[in-house]
Parts: sequence; C-alpha cells; structure tokens
Amino acid sequence: MSKSLKLRKGLDIRIKGTAEKILDKPEFPKLFGLRPTDFQGLVPKLTVKEGAIVKAGDPLFFDKRNPDILFTSPVSGTVASIVRGERRKILEVTVKPDSEISYASFAKGQPSAMQREEVIQNLLKSGVWPLIRQRPYGIIANPADKPKAIFVSGFDSSPLAPDMDYVLKEYGHELQIAFDALKKLTDGKVYLTLNGKYEAAKVFSALKGVEINYIQGPHPAGNVGVQIHHINPINKGEVIWTVNPQDLVIIGKLFDKGVFDASRIIALTGSEVKTPRYYRTFLGASIESMVLGNVSDGNLRYISGNVLSGTKISAHGFIGFYDSQITVIPEGDYYEFFGWANPGFSKFSTSRTFFTWLSPRKKYRIDTNLKGGERAFVMTGEYERVLPMDILPQFLIKAVMVKDIDKMEQLGIYEVVEEDLALCEFVCTSKIEVQHILREGLQLMIKELS
Amino acid sequence: MKALRRYLDKIKPNFEKGGKLYKFKSVFEGFETFLFVPNKTTFTGSHVRDAIDMKRTMIIVVMALMPAMLFGMWNVGYQHYTALGLEETLPLTFWYGFLKVLPLILVSYIVGLGIEFAFAQIRGHEINEGFLVSGMLIPLIVPVTIPLWMVAVATAFAVIIGKEVFGGTGMNIVNPALTARAFLFFAYPKQMSGEIWVSGLEGEKLVDGYSGATAMAQATTTIDMNKSLEVAKQVGDSDLVSSLQSQIGATIDGLPSAYDAFMGWIPGSIGETSTLAILLGAIVLIFTGIGSLRIMLSVFAGGFLMGLLLNAVAVNPYMEIDAYYHLLIGGFAFGAVFMATDPVTASQTARGKIIYGFLIGVIAVIIRVLNPAYPEGMMLAILLMNVFAPLIDHYVVQGNIKRRLKRAKA
Repeated sequence: MSKSLKLRKGLDIRIKGTAEKILDKPEFPKLFGLRPTDFQGLVPKLTVKEGAIVKAGDPLFFDKRNPDILFTSPVSGTVASIVRGERRKILEVTVKPDSEISYASFAKGQPSAMQREEVIQNLLKSGVWPLIRQRPYGIIANPADKPKAIFVSGFDSSPLAPDMDYVLKEYGHELQIAFDALKKLTDGKVYLTLNGKYEAAKVFSALKGVEINYIQGPHPAGNVGVQIHHINPINKGEVIWTVNPQDLVIIGKLFDKGVFDASRIIALTGSEVKTPRYYRTFLGASIESMVLGNVSDGNLRYISGNVLSGTKISAHGFIGFYDSQITVIPEGDYYEFFGWANPGFSKFSTSRTFFTWLSPRKKYRIDTNLKGGERAFVMTGEYERVLPMDILPQFLIKAVMVKDIDKMEQLGIYEVVEEDLALCEFVCTSKIEVQHILREGLQLMIKELS
Repeated sequence: MKALRRYLDKIKPNFEKGGKLYKFKSVFEGFETFLFVPNKTTFTGSHVRDAIDMKRTMIIVVMALMPAMLFGMWNVGYQHYTALGLEETLPLTFWYGFLKVLPLILVSYIVGLGIEFAFAQIRGHEINEGFLVSGMLIPLIVPVTIPLWMVAVATAFAVIIGKEVFGGTGMNIVNPALTARAFLFFAYPKQMSGEIWVSGLEGEKLVDGYSGATAMAQATTTIDMNKSLEVAKQVGDSDLVSSLQSQIGATIDGLPSAYDAFMGWIPGSIGETSTLAILLGAIVLIFTGIGSLRIMLSVFAGGFLMGLLLNAVAVNPYMEIDAYYHLLIGGFAFGAVFMATDPVTASQTARGKIIYGFLIGVIAVIIRVLNPAYPEGMMLAILLMNVFAPLIDHYVVQGNIKRRLKRAKA
C-alpha cells in the first residue's frame, strides 16, 4: 500500500557547489574525533584516558543516563586528546589512527534469525546504536522502547545534499541486512521513503520487508520528519525511530562481518570548494586531508552537514556522527554599504524585493552574514510557505518562547526537530533563531515529561 | 565608502558602554546599520540566511506609498486652485501641495523617530524600523489643514500608547498610524470634520456653489434629509416633501462620479483620495509579497457584498448607492491596502486573514451608511478588527489543535 505524495511548500536554496559524481579517496586522515555535542542532550562519561590504545569499535565514552549506550572509536589507534570546554564539558575525544585499522569483533549473523534482544545488544555493544534516533525530540533511541514504526528517508533534499542513489548503489546487500535488523526492533512497519520525482534506484526497489513510499517536492520533502508527518504521524505518547540511509550500511556491515566499520561516502560541497566531489572516508575523520589546498582563499566557514542545520567546525575538524556532507562557504563578516537598498541581483532571496526572481535558475554564492538585525516577529505567513506540514510554526515557536508546555504539545512539537524548521529560520525577516528556540523547547519537554 | 566606514569605526568606541556618548548608542547604531549592513554572522542554526531584512521590508512599503503621496501633494494644490476658480500648471499645482504636505511628513518623522530612539536607548534594543512606515502613513490620513502641533501630539500618542507600551514594533495590538488618526478624530473633532479638506481658503473668494465636502460627508447628509422627508410626508406638507426630494436628489447627483473618485481629484485626506495611486502601491506590495493579497481582496469583497446587501434592503438614498462606489470613496482603498494589511495587527493565520479582512469591509460600510455620526467607517472598522484579530487566530489555531487530537484518536 505504497503512497505517492506531492508537496508544494518548501524551498530549494539555489547555492553553488554541488558535488560532481566522482568518487575520490583522500589521504588516510591523520586524526579522528567524536563530538559528544553531536548527540542532543547527551551527558557523556569517559571510559578511556589520553594515551589509551583502542580498536575500531572499542568504547570511548558512554551515556551517563543510560550506560548501555556506548560510543565507540571509528578507528584503531591511540586516544590523543580529550578537549574540554567551559565547566569541563567534553567537546571532543580524538584518536590518532594506526596505519592499518584493526577491528574489535562483535556477533555476526542474519538478524532475521536472531532474537530482538540479541540484535539490540549487538548494536549497543558495537557503538552502532546511537545511529538510531527517535522522534519526538531527535535524541538517541531508548533501547527499552518499542517504536510504532521505523522510518528511513532514502533521499536528502537539503542544499547541496549528496545523492543517496549514487552513494548507496553498491550496498544492496548491506541495506537488506540492516532492514532485516530494523524489522526486529519494531512490531510496526519499517518505512523507506524515496523521491517520487524519478524512478526508484535498483538498490532500493530490490529491498524486501520494507514499505516504500514516494514523496516529491522541494526541500524539506527529504526530511524524515516531514515524511513521518504525511505517512504515519506521531501522536502524543508514540515513538518512532529514524535512521539515516548511509548509516544502514554501517548496521549492515556489523551483522555481516561483525565489525564497526565507520567508513562513509561524504560529499564535499560548497561554493568555496575547488573540486566539489564525493570522498570515501569515515565518520569522525578529520576533513583536513580533503580540504587542504582544495578550497579558495579568504575567511571560510566549514560546516559538517548542510548549510541549514549543519555544525560549524574548523578546517581540521571532524565529520559529524550523523553527517554525510561537508560544506564550505565564505564567512560574511564584512560591512555592506546600504546593503538593504542594494537592488540585489547577486543575492539569493525568496522575497521578490530582490531581483532573484529574474533569474530562476541562477545559483548563488551565499555567505554567512546575518543580513540584518534581529527583531520581534513582524511578518506573518513566511514560515508556512516553507513548511509542508499541518503545523503552525509561528505559533509553535511563540509557545516555546513563553515555555507553554501544553500549547507546544497541542501545536505539534513532537513531530518536529530543528532540521524541519530550518527553512523557517532561513526565510525569517526578523532573523529569529528558530532552530535554537525549538531545541530549548524540546529540552524543556524532555525535562518536564520524564 | 571606506573612509566613511573607517570614520564610523573610529568614533564607535565613544558609544560603547563606558564611552562618553553612551547615551546616544541607539542613535549611533540606528545610523550605522542604516548606512552599513552589519558584519554580524550567523552563530546558531542556519548558516545562511535570506537577504531580506526588516529595513528592506519597511522601505518597500514606504515606496509603495509614494504614488499615493505624490498624487496627494498634487491634489492638495488642485483642490486649492479649483476652490478659488483658478487653473494652474502641473508643476505649480504640485509645488503648492508639496509645501503644504512636506511639513506634516517632517513633523511626523521627527517626533516619532525621536521617541523611538529614546525607547530603544532605554530598553537597550536596536532601533526598530516599523516607524518608517507609520511615519509616512500618519500625514497621508489627515486633512491637509491640520495644525502641525496636532500631528506632533497625535504621533507621540500613537507611538507611546499605541506601540511602545506594548513593547514596540511587533508587539502592538492596534495599528499605530490609525491610533494617531483615531486620537485626532476624538480629541479634536472640530479640526477633523467639516470644511477642512482644502487648504488656503481663509479670506479668499470661493467659486460659487463650492462645497469642499468629501463624498462621504455629502452622502451622509442625505440620511438626515431623508428623516425630515419621512416626517414631512406624515405631516402632509407637500411643498416640503418636494423640496426635500429635490435636495436629496441634488446631493446624490452632486457626488463625484465614480471615475473622479477612482482617479482621485476629489477632496479628502491627503493620501486617500486616488484609488488608482493606491492600487499602484498595492501592486508593489502584492508582487513583493509584503502586503497580504488575501487581506486586501477580502476587505474589498466584504465592502462590496455589504454594499449589495444594503442596496437590497435600502430605505434611504445612501443605502441605494452602488456597492462598488463604496470601495472608491473615502479611506476604503487606502485602509484596505496599507492599514488592514499591517502584519503585526492583522490576523496571522491564512484562514484568519480572510475572515479578518472580510469583516473589515463589512463593518466599514455598515458604519458609513447606518451611523451618520461617523462618516468614515474604515478607520473604526480596522481598529475594531485589530482588537479581534487575536480572537480569530485563536479559533483557527484551535482548529489545527483539534485536527491533531482527532488524528490521535483515529
């Protein structure tokens, strides 16, 4: 009973720097790092000290609230440093890799022949579990829950996103194993949503035991939150788990080979990258070897993830735990004389007050300037145009601002995480920090309801 | 540009906390961000942002007001010379109006922005751009003969009571410019009605039969005449009946033609007379997406349908006036395009906007036709619906909440 939906609302930001479909292999990264801040609401507790020797799959830290959830090293080597911030908050745990990766070994076998508990234990012990996240809240799934369904979005619609059909084309075997494993975790269905704009790639259409639905439209049609909303929405008290498509390969390899193989194909994108293309590397790998000499001069911002909801990292920072994309764009720390009065042929805007509408195909070099000052809400109807969900984003954000928990719940806070409202933040005339506010709301809900 | 930037960077420290000019920080910041878009970069959430900001949004609205303002200036001159029975060249006519209108605009901006700067400084906020629009709207919705001090008082009242007490632009409940007009209307009724629409007539010899009243004021007089007519009919005074009937007929005939009202060479508040100029502004607002097409259309629809309804049950000549005529006279079009669409005080939901706009149109026409005490119903209709907009939104939001609950049960 597959659905095919067409969404109208949303926005594809026309930014320069799409990755060419060439797969490159950069020099083996000199440093790896895991950021506990990649995981919302996590309180990490270290299991290693600086200088410890680890294999790929050996734990580096665990979740203080749920000690079963381990975070393991993506590579074998020596723990190089533990970077702490204010109040000794752990920011990064870095590992200096060996020249050859040696893997810790875990149970292997067909997940369909395993018990649910065995599957969960294998995922937990290997450090693969954190790849499974839950809605509401967008936090790591709780192994004690039984979700009503599991969702995988088979395409990424965010700006300059990697083409999942291209990235996953050789991994049909691993994907099938991963879906078999997910099937064990829920009594409900496992859903895979594909882009309805073109025919399903063979690697996806050959999958068994999965309900495939099709959605097409501008970003955020590829966001799993939007897909859940239209296919099997979350109501109060319900839990749905989500997994990124490329992370299925890691799950598949765990059951196939019994190792935590953190390799991942990354799209290096953005207007400041000289040769934007795909690279075979690892989660947690330093981007240094990819970007060194491959980006233009000037003050640049390196983002792990996409420009809407990615994380700012340094030129030798690490690929985030959930990210399959690195974006490099210019910083916007300059003054612009009468910038607001500029006719704006070179500026991207959804507003027709700029002449962007004259060139509907042109791609833009967009920098990180805020392009205005923060104000109170004035304009209305802007957010609704870019959110293809039956949710009133402005009212929801206002409910969060006044910390009205009942209203947040009634207005559908369980159905969204930051990435779903990222476009609202992009288009906001008042430059309101929508994603930050929403996260505060989600954190408040977690605190009050647990 | 670079020299200017260097100069600003040089004097900036004086305005920082501890600097000797700290008390003018908001003023400095206001001018600095006016000259240069700041170098601030994104630090949370989305790394890139749309190029639109509040300054550009507000400036577009001011630009949309330009046709109405320029036409208003010309019309002030035109009404003046027509009343005196003179014909002047276009530049001279415009120049006369320009000299009359410019002081009103200056007073409104100086008083309003002065107060805004002060509040921004006290609150430690950046200057808000909202007043750029209000400051242009206020002079356009007053009669040209208004004393400047009244504009100053009304502007101060509107900015302080209408906006800043609620927390500034974005927080206000009623439209500040309309607050100014309502203040004038109730505080100085004498200067806001009667023979006030044409400037420079004192001590001059007027053309014979010149009235100088607005179309609405004329139409309203027929209501009283009609009452007298009813009485006369009952008494059976046939002379009076026929004289009143002819008077009413003459008044209705004397109303400006629909064409004149559309083009705007009729007496009225400075910016409100030309429906054509207002529509030009509306096109700008609709095309750029800053003004809500939903609201504008539903206001016009509401006014037109109410006009039709009144036609159907007409008991006096004013009720018989063509429904479309209501949309052309008085402040109807100006209110629909520039006042009702104020995003802060209008309904915020898509469905709410339609209800809100429709009711504005309906109520404006009801007040005009059925309540002779207030010839101009638009101002009161918008203010009333400003107050009710949150209620309308409340029901729309409840609808969304109910859908979500229903889904959970299913």
